[in-house]
Amino acid sequence: MSLYLLCFLLFCIGLYGVLRKRNIVKIIVGLGIMEYAMNLFFVLLGYRTHGRSPIEASNQQILNMVDPVPQALVLTSIVIGLAVTALFISIAIRIYEKYGTFDITKIKKLKG
Amino acid sequence: MVNNKAGMTLIVKTITRLTVGLIMLFGIYIVFHGHLSPGGGFAGGVIVALSFVHLMLVFGKDFAMAKISRNLASNLESVGALMFLFVALLGFLGGSFFHNVIAKGKPFDLFSSGTIILSNISIGLKVGVGLFAIFLALVVLEMAKKE
Amino acid sequence: MELHILLIFMIFAAIVAIEVNDLLSSVVAVGAVGFALCVAFLILKAPDLAITQLVVEILCLIILIRATIKRDLPLVIEGRWVFNTFVTIIFIVVFLFLSYFVFKELPAFGQPIMRVANLYLNEGVLKTGSVNLVTSVILDFRAYDTLGEATVLFASIIGLMAVLRSPGRKGKGKV
Repeated sequence: MSLYLLCFLLFCIGLYGVLRKRNIVKIIVGLGIMEYAMNLFFVLLGYRTHGRSPIEASNQQILNMVDPVPQALVLTSIVIGLAVTALFISIAIRIYEKYGTFDITKIKKLKG
Repeated sequence: MVNNKAGMTLIVKTITRLTVGLIMLFGIYIVFHGHLSPGGGFAGGVIVALSFVHLMLVFGKDFAMAKISRNLASNLESVGALMFLFVALLGFLGGSFFHNVIAKGKPFDLFSSGTIILSNISIGLKVGVGLFAIFLALVVLEMAKKE
Repeated sequence: MELHILLIFMIFAAIVAIEVNDLLSSVVAVGAVGFALCVAFLILKAPDLAITQLVVEILCLIILIRATIKRDLPLVIEGRWVFNTFVTIIFIVVFLFLSYFVFKELPAFGQPIMRVANLYLNEGVLKTGSVNLVTSVILDFRAYDTLGEATVLFASIIGLMAVLRSPGRKGKGKV
């Protein structure tokens, strides 16, 4: 229970970074922290106390495995997070070339 | 053969020449044994992409682009995606989309799990070459901007 | 117990990443959060995820550092700053307070409801022949979701190549 609250506090720190920072790279860093918090939350939901990892062994039968379904969902989510971060970085580089700054308030004021 | 004008120093280049083949071999091993030990197509594909990025960081942009150019990277990634779709359509022979139709051997063998190993190979190819294409696009932009 | 210590370390590193002024230090702190997450996945008995998170974190750090080095950051604080920060913090505190009641409804940590997963665990090896059960869930029981993931990856790579293309030829009538 306290683990869920700590994980959610990590998510809120990332959310604060997205809402209140003026540098685009800081916004990207905040987005990355939010992704890590969500992946951790999914895997925390599927953990069984004194469980074993979901891979069969050849010489014994394992009865208490952890849940494999959240692990399968998070596996694709990690790689998608990398691709979205790379896309965001490329947009930030284009914005720096056009306006000369990473500051988002200056981008609203300059037109054309 | 040793070109000291582009890339990093001689010590880093020698060590890279020895180890970059082993890194790619390790990535291919993780892709092939995805159904027997932890790993699978995604992790193995990212390791193969990391071996190419290592080559580019140490030897400079021109050397790495001679190995895989931008057009080749685009085409290989599309081939990987089409191969995955083809494996999915192969399931129609068995009754439904994505049905596992190839014969399954004993558990713990290398070729034991039907279409899973083909899916792993196509996903490893797609993810590996695609992530290297991202890196190529970023680096070519840097070089073009400095001129 | 180890998970609590690891999560508190991650929270400190995240606060450093958001607040520090230098861009390079901020990117290094995000790398620390990612590596601590890899260790957390190992403690939670998920070795597939630990391998994938480790190599993806390394590639993400290389891309971030390569793309944002040598660009400066002028820091300017202009008006209405106190009000905006105050409202954001009030919002986050209310969010956390309400989430406490939601987390009481979830099953306790360590006792998951494995209604669907019991079927996969009992018949996984028999129906798919693969010993690694996470791979059998991704590529056989739920392969349609993996097709969706491959499509998202493809679309984002195409989008990145379209954004980073060099400017087209001028004067040839190309739209």
